[in-house]
Amino acid sequence: MKAGVITFPGSNCDRDAVVALQKVGAKVQKIWHQETKLDDNFDLIIVPGGFSYGDYLRSGAMASISPVMREVKNLAKKGVRVLGICNGFQILTEAGLLPGALLRNKKMKFICRTINLRVENSASDFTAKYKKNQIIRIPIAHMDGNYFADSDVIKKLEDSQNVAFRYVDNRGNVSDESNVNGSMLNIAGIFNDAKNVLGMMPHPERAIDEDTGSKDGLLMFESLFG
Amino acid sequence: MKIRILVSLKKGVLDIQGKAIEASLQKNLGFTQISQVRQGKVVELEIAETDSEKIKKIVDEICDKLLVNKIIEDYSHEVIS
Repeated sequence: MKAGVITFPGSNCDRDAVVALQKVGAKVQKIWHQETKLDDNFDLIIVPGGFSYGDYLRSGAMASISPVMREVKNLAKKGVRVLGICNGFQILTEAGLLPGALLRNKKMKFICRTINLRVENSASDFTAKYKKNQIIRIPIAHMDGNYFADSDVIKKLEDSQNVAFRYVDNRGNVSDESNVNGSMLNIAGIFNDAKNVLGMMPHPERAIDEDTGSKDGLLMFESLFG
Repeated sequence: MKIRILVSLKKGVLDIQGKAIEASLQKNLGFTQISQVRQGKVVELEIAETDSEKIKKIVDEICDKLLVNKIIEDYSHEVIS
């Protein structure tokens, strides 16, 4: 099983993604953002977190038009799985691979802590080893995670079961209090229609070891490469 | 020609930076007559064209491809010299 992890100028979670993938036995290739040709035999591409291009203009905007993203779009069309984490989610929305946009957090603060997520859809390659409605603990660390889309897009996300994760309280309830960044309908992660592209603000690659607080994120990598 | 492009959040999209500026102006500086603050971005650039149609076409294209996220933002442009 082969995974690629992209590095943009300003990426800082690329190494953590590599470690998480290696932990589940994936063969990992690091990919520089100027790459113009990617092999067809990738099982997964990770667009990692960080601050690509210093978040200049809009988070993820510049990275979304880098040469490698043209290739990522082509691979996604062919069904290759693409996972965008945090800044990677922002890049995927800017690239048009996922709908909507990520606005500044509602309370204007950079939020860095472990939160509760509810698994909304476990029928995907990314979430197969979770149970539907399972509550998992995953860290977030972002300034622009406030998911926004117009009402038609939101309706379509819901109808197609493309919401992957929501921010919830300890008991798994969707509430305003648990909605850390002000996202519409507490949305923390979404799939594309074909469910081969997932974008999420929380960092599963930072939750792969009990020693660092949680290994709830490891199940995602085990789902992908189990 | 020198062009100025104004990018702003669409009406209805929460502009929390605008809200924070508004609160500071009202509460800390006492400008109680100020409301509806929206913060945008200004991008200035030179385009080696003089024809306004051609300029508009280029502006539309660069806004579409990079400068503006049309899901959340609107834009306008003016020739400044």
